[in-house]
Amino acid sequence: MSWDSPQAFFAMGGYAAYVWGSYGLAAVCIAVELWLLRRRRRTLLRAVGRTGGRRDGPA
Amino acid sequence: MALNWWKYAAPQTFYPLSGRLAPWFLALAAALAAAGLYIGLFVAPTDFQQGESYRIIFVHVPAAWMSMFMYVVMASWCAVGLALGTRLSFMMALALAPTGAMFTFIALWSGSLWGKPTWGTWWVWDARLTSELILLFLYIGFMALHAAIDDVRRADRAAALLALVGVVNVPIIYFSVKWWNTLHQGASVSLTRAPSMAATMLVGMLIMALAAWMYAIAASLYRVRSIILEREAHADWVRQLPEASV
Repeated sequence: MSWDSPQAFFAMGGYAAYVWGSYGLAAVCIAVELWLLRRRRRTLLRAVGRTGGRRDGPA
Repeated sequence: MALNWWKYAAPQTFYPLSGRLAPWFLALAAALAAAGLYIGLFVAPTDFQQGESYRIIFVHVPAAWMSMFMYVVMASWCAVGLALGTRLSFMMALALAPTGAMFTFIALWSGSLWGKPTWGTWWVWDARLTSELILLFLYIGFMALHAAIDDVRRADRAAALLALVGVVNVPIIYFSVKWWNTLHQGASVSLTRAPSMAATMLVGMLIMALAAWMYAIAASLYRVRSIILEREAHADWVRQLPEASV
């Protein structure tokens, strides 16, 4: 363990904005991608269920 | 092995298979990321030159590796699709592109945040950074070209051609730090010599790279399932899916 205190951990030796900016962006990107994937699938399944797969709308 | 791989070239058979595999890859990615983050943030020592800012490496290098690797995989699926005319290959390529673009963006962003404290600048137009930016444009161009052509089969082939031409950029990115003078440091890890970093740093980075790899597989499998549903929406097997009868 290389940290004396939680404050030291979050401060990242004065590089907090750079380090957490990188980790934060990566986390946000992945969260958004997973959310978009889920939304796309749900929208699709609803459309398939509604129209029976035909693109011209409900029968 | 009596396993018939060709069977899984059909979207209808690959759809349930990918649905079974994707959650496992996602779980594996989460477990590896937890281990990698623990090692990277708590076990790996402070760098004697860069202080704590070097910890960006655990995001930056895996993202940069995946950005290049996924492009090569995407272009390979395009080549297979063009050569064999397998529809699923083009769908796989299309499924890889957004995640590849995301990793390219993360690599550029984290690189910029690393460059400021270590080089004193957010960005330079040198070979490594510029070719990685071109990679992002190639991913975006691939998706945009595909979206711009209405006929799916023509879109597949046109975008595949673009992806194959663009693959020449990947070795340029990789070797740019050798071929040109650049601010970017050379490779810390190579097959020909011992890695130039502490063992725990290296282990953390490799585990994070594995996590990124597993995540890329999971995200692509989830996405290809939606692409299959979109393209096969008219088919009987899609209508008979239990999850479609909502």
